Amino acid sequence: MQWVPFWPRDASVTAQSIDKIFIGELALVLVILGFVFGLMIVFGLRYRRGSRANRTGLIKKTWHWEIGWTVGSLAAFLVLFVWGANMYVWLYDPPRAGLEIYVVAKQWMWKAQHPGGQREINELHVPLGETVRLLLTSQDVIHSFFVPAFRVKHDVLPGQYETFWFKPTELGRFRLECTQYCGTEHAHMGGDIVVMPPADYARWLSRQGEHESLAQQGEALFRKYGCSGCHGANSTVHAPSLVGVYGGLVHLEGGDTVRADERYIRDSILLPRSQIVAGYAPVMPSFAGQIGEDDLVKLVAYVQSLSPIDGASQ
Amino acid sequence: MTTVTADLPASYLTKEHTIASWLLTSDHKRIALLFFASITFFFFIGGFAATLIRLHLLNPAGTLLQPDMYNRMFSMHGIVMVWFFLIPSIPTTLGNFLIPLMIGARDLAFPKINLASWYVFNISGFFVLFCLFVGGVDTGWTFYTPYSTLFANGYVIPAAVAVFINGFSSIMTGLNFVITIHRLRAPGMTWMRLPLFVWAIYAVSLVMLLATPVLAMTLALVALERWMGVGIFDPQLGGDPLLFQHMFWFYSHPAVYIMILPAMGVVSELVSCFARRPVFGYEGMAYALMSIAVISFFVWAHHMFVAGISIYAGIVFSLLTFFVAVPSAIKVFNWTATLHKGSISFDAPMLYALGFVGLFTIGGLTGLMVATLPIDIHVHDTYFVIAHFHYIMVGGTVSAFFGGLHYWWPKITGRLYPEMWARVAAIITFLGFNLTFFPQFILGYLGMPRRYYTYDPAWQVWNVLSSAGASILAAAYTLPLLYLGWSLFYGARAGANPWRATGLEWLTSSPPPQHNFPRTPVVRAAPYQYNPADGSYVAQDGSSNA
Repeated sequence: MQWVPFWPRDASVTAQSIDKIFIGELALVLVILGFVFGLMIVFGLRYRRGSRANRTGLIKKTWHWEIGWTVGSLAAFLVLFVWGANMYVWLYDPPRAGLEIYVVAKQWMWKAQHPGGQREINELHVPLGETVRLLLTSQDVIHSFFVPAFRVKHDVLPGQYETFWFKPTELGRFRLECTQYCGTEHAHMGGDIVVMPPADYARWLSRQGEHESLAQQGEALFRKYGCSGCHGANSTVHAPSLVGVYGGLVHLEGGDTVRADERYIRDSILLPRSQIVAGYAPVMPSFAGQIGEDDLVKLVAYVQSLSPIDGASQ
Repeated sequence: MTTVTADLPASYLTKEHTIASWLLTSDHKRIALLFFASITFFFFIGGFAATLIRLHLLNPAGTLLQPDMYNRMFSMHGIVMVWFFLIPSIPTTLGNFLIPLMIGARDLAFPKINLASWYVFNISGFFVLFCLFVGGVDTGWTFYTPYSTLFANGYVIPAAVAVFINGFSSIMTGLNFVITIHRLRAPGMTWMRLPLFVWAIYAVSLVMLLATPVLAMTLALVALERWMGVGIFDPQLGGDPLLFQHMFWFYSHPAVYIMILPAMGVVSELVSCFARRPVFGYEGMAYALMSIAVISFFVWAHHMFVAGISIYAGIVFSLLTFFVAVPSAIKVFNWTATLHKGSISFDAPMLYALGFVGLFTIGGLTGLMVATLPIDIHVHDTYFVIAHFHYIMVGGTVSAFFGGLHYWWPKITGRLYPEMWARVAAIITFLGFNLTFFPQFILGYLGMPRRYYTYDPAWQVWNVLSSAGASILAAAYTLPLLYLGWSLFYGARAGANPWRATGLEWLTSSPPPQHNFPRTPVVRAAPYQYNPADGSYVAQDGSSNA
């Protein structure tokens, strides 16, 4: 669609799909619009007052027609719904991510943390053709992470992780915008997504200086905050081991089962009593208000790294 | 005409002349005019804010207003236009004036509550003006938490109080209409003989009654959290920010239909009268109004597709949103079919009505696009959505309001308006509107977010076009103020029924006497008994007119 002068760039796998459904609906909309406007114009000319058109025999059984266009509209709408819902499921069900990046939003900037511990502000470097999964949270109000060229958008909420994925298909710089009104400098809460060839991305990562990986930093925090006292291998306290927890199913007291994703790990640190693992006493204190978002990200990354099924964040 | 007009008492306008006779009136027609004065005032306040916004956006660097001022302007524009113009617009003016006349009643069921509603409205208006003059509010009209409860630097509580009080005016007016329509219909005015405007006001009144209390609760909680730190919505206090959005949209999505349903009622009257043909599928139109009112309560989370709701919620609310579009589609097709074999004249009210059908169709069809989940991910919170809902609310509701105002102007004032000027205004409204808002669809798909005081210079051309359109639109909205004002003094006297229309309101003199009818009319005919073949019609009292 780049030949249309006012078409946004489409630089990701999802952009091409969303463009397809948009153009499909646009075509349908134009047909319906043409039909309605066409009828209005034809009737307006033909039956203008004083014209000699035949006006006898008005349609009496209008319900024949009404059922016709009710069924027609409903059928067309259901097709659009199924098409859209199907794509939505795909958009929300991420393929196995090659790269997971944590993003913390605050008034009025975006902070990104790569798995290797590299950090950047208002820029996000990603390799071309890699499925990138973002884990986003906010330190203050609700923001929204929007990259028009990728056709991806997701609100970023304080107090919880939101996640979505994209897969860039073009090299270059693409605008990042905040689309949820967040205060005075909302319009300036932007940045760039920089899509690089994988080799350049690797070089860029190494140029960011020596860093401990997020998980390594998390391990240090795990000791600092005293988590290891109970959850460590040598602990005498009856607390669940965290090895292999991430990504699996956890059976809770009361019979529920949850998937141990990033949100679960985060909630277990901040609100430990909301989800008690079956067979354990609710003895863990809450860390709400004591650990900032940046440190939480590292702790979550460390717990992730304890899971052998997940290789990405090692 | 069967009604004798010679021995009627003085009209409601001339019966008494004191200021107290206006401020303490319980006559629904006078209260309608009081409301008309209030909402016109607020329309121009909201319009002034819109003018500043469009002027500011001429320049991508956004140098006219300071960021905080810009944020206050779009917030004030939204708050004033939604609660102080669009929601009360048609119900409190045309509805107040016409419902008793159309069903053959002397007044509304509770005339004093009707007057109280106007006072409550003005008290809430005082709070919103207070909020504006002490420094404004910068939350947007949506008051999203935790921004509004903790981080906003404006006067959130006065604004919330204003909207909270405003809701009681809505509830009083809605309650009055529901009971009036149930209890005060003239003999023979069965439900299936009600004009569609009455059906529309009935539907909207039910929505007002059921939805507005939720808004009141939500805003009370926002004010409490901001004032006393009660942890309802702020996660730092243990609250849930999405809870606010669910509660807010549980009111505010039905509120969209509060704005558009009365407009649909007006347009049905207009299209039928100027096509000289019965409304195509009267019963279907009435049922469609009621089904829109009911389904409108079950679509709220389509405002939250990217807000962090579950995938299942997204899918269910998308499906329900497509369902609510079906009765709207029926209405569009039925209005179009009403033109079939009509005898159509293009007087100003008809031009506004046809403009409504066209703009509402564009707004509705783009509504299908934003109901489609993947498309909404891209266009949510961009100018695409802004354009979509302005097509419904401004292209739709405001066009219908102006159409209805012209159509019933002779009944309200007893004077004819200058037809040529009115047609000019109707046409430039349509053109100016499209020039203002069509470029915003393109801006939105390009990715320009809403509520930005500065933007990518590549988008300037579309913003300049939009601002140019807005200046045309401003002229088109000021024009009626001038020529309608002129006609009050110099317009030709209108007879009882200048449009040769069928409703009961046209049986009494223009302007009507204080208690509407010399004797209660008896209804013997369905509405809209126009015959396009010979131009004759049967009024609702059963009288035939050649």
